[in-house]
Amino acid sequence: MDKVCITLNVNGDRYELAVDPWRTLVEVLRDDLNLTGTKIGCQTGDCGACTVLIDGKSVASCMMLAVAADNKNIATIEGLSTGQDELHPIQEAFVEQGAIQCGYCTPGMVLSTKYLLDQNPDPTETEIRQALSGNLCRCTGYHRIVKAVEAVAVKMRADGKGE
Amino acid sequence: MSQNNSAMKVVGQSIPRIDAPIKATGKARYTGDMKLPGMLYGKMLFSSVPHASIVRIDVSKALALPGVKDVIVGKDTPGIKFGNWRLFPATQDELPLAIDKVRFIGDAVAAVAAISQDIADEAIGLIEVEYAPLPAVYTIEDSLAAGAPLIHDENKELTNNISLDRKIDVGDVDAAFATADYVREDTVFVHAVSHAYMEPCAVLVEPDTEGRLTIWTSTQTPYIVQCLLASTLAIPENHVRVVKPYIGGGFGGKMELRPWDFCASLLARRTGRPVRFVLTRVEEFEVGRRRHGMKIRSKVAFKKDGTLIAKDFEAYLDGGAYNSMGPTATFLCGNFGAMLYRYPNYRYRGHHVYTNKPPAGAMRGFGAPQALYLSETQMNIAAEELGIDPIELRLKNAMVTGDVIEGVTRISSAGFVESLHKVAEMTNWKEKRASLAPNKGIGIGCYSFISGGVFNWFNTQYNFASCEIRAYSDGTAHLLTMAADIGQGSDTVLRQIMAQDLGLDPEQIRLTAADVTMTPKADLGTWGSRVTLMNGNAVLDATQKMRAELAKMVSLRFNLNVIHEVAFADGRVFAKAQPAKGISFGEAVTMWVKANRGEELVVRGHYTPRDLGLTSPAYSFGAQVAEVEVDPETGVVTVEKVSTAHDCGTVINPLAVEGQLEGAIQMGLGYALCEQFVMRDGKTLNTTFLDYKVPAAEDMPAIASAAIETYEPQGPLGAKEAGEGLAIPTAPAVSDAVWHATGYRCKDLPITPEKILRATGKL
Repeated sequence: MDKVCITLNVNGDRYELAVDPWRTLVEVLRDDLNLTGTKIGCQTGDCGACTVLIDGKSVASCMMLAVAADNKNIATIEGLSTGQDELHPIQEAFVEQGAIQCGYCTPGMVLSTKYLLDQNPDPTETEIRQALSGNLCRCTGYHRIVKAVEAVAVKMRADGKGE
Repeated sequence: MSQNNSAMKVVGQSIPRIDAPIKATGKARYTGDMKLPGMLYGKMLFSSVPHASIVRIDVSKALALPGVKDVIVGKDTPGIKFGNWRLFPATQDELPLAIDKVRFIGDAVAAVAAISQDIADEAIGLIEVEYAPLPAVYTIEDSLAAGAPLIHDENKELTNNISLDRKIDVGDVDAAFATADYVREDTVFVHAVSHAYMEPCAVLVEPDTEGRLTIWTSTQTPYIVQCLLASTLAIPENHVRVVKPYIGGGFGGKMELRPWDFCASLLARRTGRPVRFVLTRVEEFEVGRRRHGMKIRSKVAFKKDGTLIAKDFEAYLDGGAYNSMGPTATFLCGNFGAMLYRYPNYRYRGHHVYTNKPPAGAMRGFGAPQALYLSETQMNIAAEELGIDPIELRLKNAMVTGDVIEGVTRISSAGFVESLHKVAEMTNWKEKRASLAPNKGIGIGCYSFISGGVFNWFNTQYNFASCEIRAYSDGTAHLLTMAADIGQGSDTVLRQIMAQDLGLDPEQIRLTAADVTMTPKADLGTWGSRVTLMNGNAVLDATQKMRAELAKMVSLRFNLNVIHEVAFADGRVFAKAQPAKGISFGEAVTMWVKANRGEELVVRGHYTPRDLGLTSPAYSFGAQVAEVEVDPETGVVTVEKVSTAHDCGTVINPLAVEGQLEGAIQMGLGYALCEQFVMRDGKTLNTTFLDYKVPAAEDMPAIASAAIETYEPQGPLGAKEAGEGLAIPTAPAVSDAVWHATGYRCKDLPITPEKILRATGKL
């Protein structure tokens, strides 16, 4: 089968690629673009480690073909913080609240949090837990993650960045 | 100059992990994220049958596929068996690639290296293996039945499928039983579960032109991988450099040499190119290690006032096809059967049984979740039958500081009694246990765990933990340690211990960890909750030497009377009683370097537990209470709250300890309620997270906790373990709460709605 020419807009950068039509978005992000912050945990859409935002919506990038992302805007963990040392408030909260242990689920968790707070700047604890239930973590028991999301929601609302 | 000479407190502070920012930004490189120029992609072929002789393997079609660079099978290897129990070579029963026989669905049979992952995957499908099936056994009972096939018939010392027995004998159990007022005997079956770490195993190997190898692999035990790779490849240990990148969790599942480590290494040597393997989640569920399923029988004897007088404990471990870490689990299961309470007379018989299933290994608790599920459940049954409150019964028999298990171990600190009192108070235990709403239950489970093992079954000639500290004129220092941070936080904790003892800001300490040819030998790795105690002690050994060297400089500079103590705080080195007499850490280092004619200031620290019994230098303790609601119509258990009071000695980083506790509860809930392998004829049927259910964020209960601080004399600054023990009490606590709510006492985990409905007559 012939390769398909696609354009991916990732973190504001435009990439023109020829990809095999069966390749998933996460494979192309990691292998072709070297954006390895997006992790592979299961390849069946069950763990959330590969979560990215496509046109603002959270998507398991292992369940989407790269060709289906043609011309779409993709945000990965690499694009969340600007500048060398600066962390996005969500990342900062994850660091400060102890929400990170092995860190393998973290990029997906952070992007699911971004999606949640974009939709709902003032979520209840139940809403946070439901929003993150597609992202598995085996280290933390989720409590510090939930605390981090609660803390950053407050901070972002105060800073007027909640959108 | 500041008059404040109080030490900057670093230990005891909730310092965020030093690796958190790099992980938060996605920049942390895990093994599967790494690529090298010219790299080949690897894929394993695993056995599709549970027990068979290999008649023929034909790799010609795979080799002929364009892009395939090499294919290896067992006969291409030196054929050397391996295992972590090097002290007892007969226990080393596993080949990195099967030669004439496969013993489980998942035994490694062949491996491919190709120019792309797609080609490697395709090539695996072109390898033809002809098997001659052998009868297979899947349960402990079938494996031990007369006429069962011998799974390791090549080991002429074995006459059945029991690979190993361990025993512990304390006092006279039979005589004690004869004097008992109350005897209780129970048998339980505890099931196998998956580590389900989020990062599937991966390995990347780069060969040099002289055949030496650099290996990045997702391991908890870089030194063990180095040693066993060298022995199975038949090359010198020093030709194998194992480097630990960031690791996405382990929980005991990444502490051995695995076939892909070996195959990537051999393929790299044969092709002269870097080779990378990354497992899929399906492969992880099929061939990854798992927690031992066990059948355990326990008979306990009490006086009528509730005093324990004897215990007779016997465990059969379903080991799967190879020993893996089973021998250690067999021993530790018996050790944990004797923990928590004073058993003046104790007998343990443990048997590790081969079956044609994926081998079980170490998993968070290492024999303890099984042993203590039964012991704690039995304690709750006995309390009911004796008419004594379960916490009262525990208090009556609880281990305390100074207790000795004759010939086995001594408890040098124990906050168990305090933990029991605290958890009772936190939960309003007495009232809730006496009166609860229908379908609600409250239950208790307790634990104790080792802070590392004193045993040397791996047979290393090196110290158990080592480090090097280099100090510089700019006031900074560099800690080199072989300790492997796999997500538990040792990089942060070791830096805290070092910062505290040298009076430095943690941020002034550079850390290099787990690079076996660069960091000082050796370290047995991250398992058995050994790292904080052992590597912490090694760090303190080094900081003491560093302090002695720098104290000389301050003594010289200020002509100090010899009776002065020299202190280290706030980046300064000074006379403790006269803080003005002091210089900065960097100045002291400069003086030392000049005094030593340009030499770099380097010290090394070591730790090896010596003459500390058979098990561990120190033990954690704790008590946990679970509150549940059981839906009488569906049998679904909702865990509403889990409260824990626990003793991990000095808490070095409260945030890290809390994180361990919360994660342990999650794993304990999975063990108790929803995780299990579904097996048919040796095949694992549930190989995705859709079918193997680990608790998600919305499944978690409310959590309350209290740390009972003790000072452990064997531990660094009084600390002991907080990693594994906390994973133990949740299953017995939830089980007891379910009994309290429904009357159903689970003796075969997990506690499923179906089992509850059957017990309550609804099914």
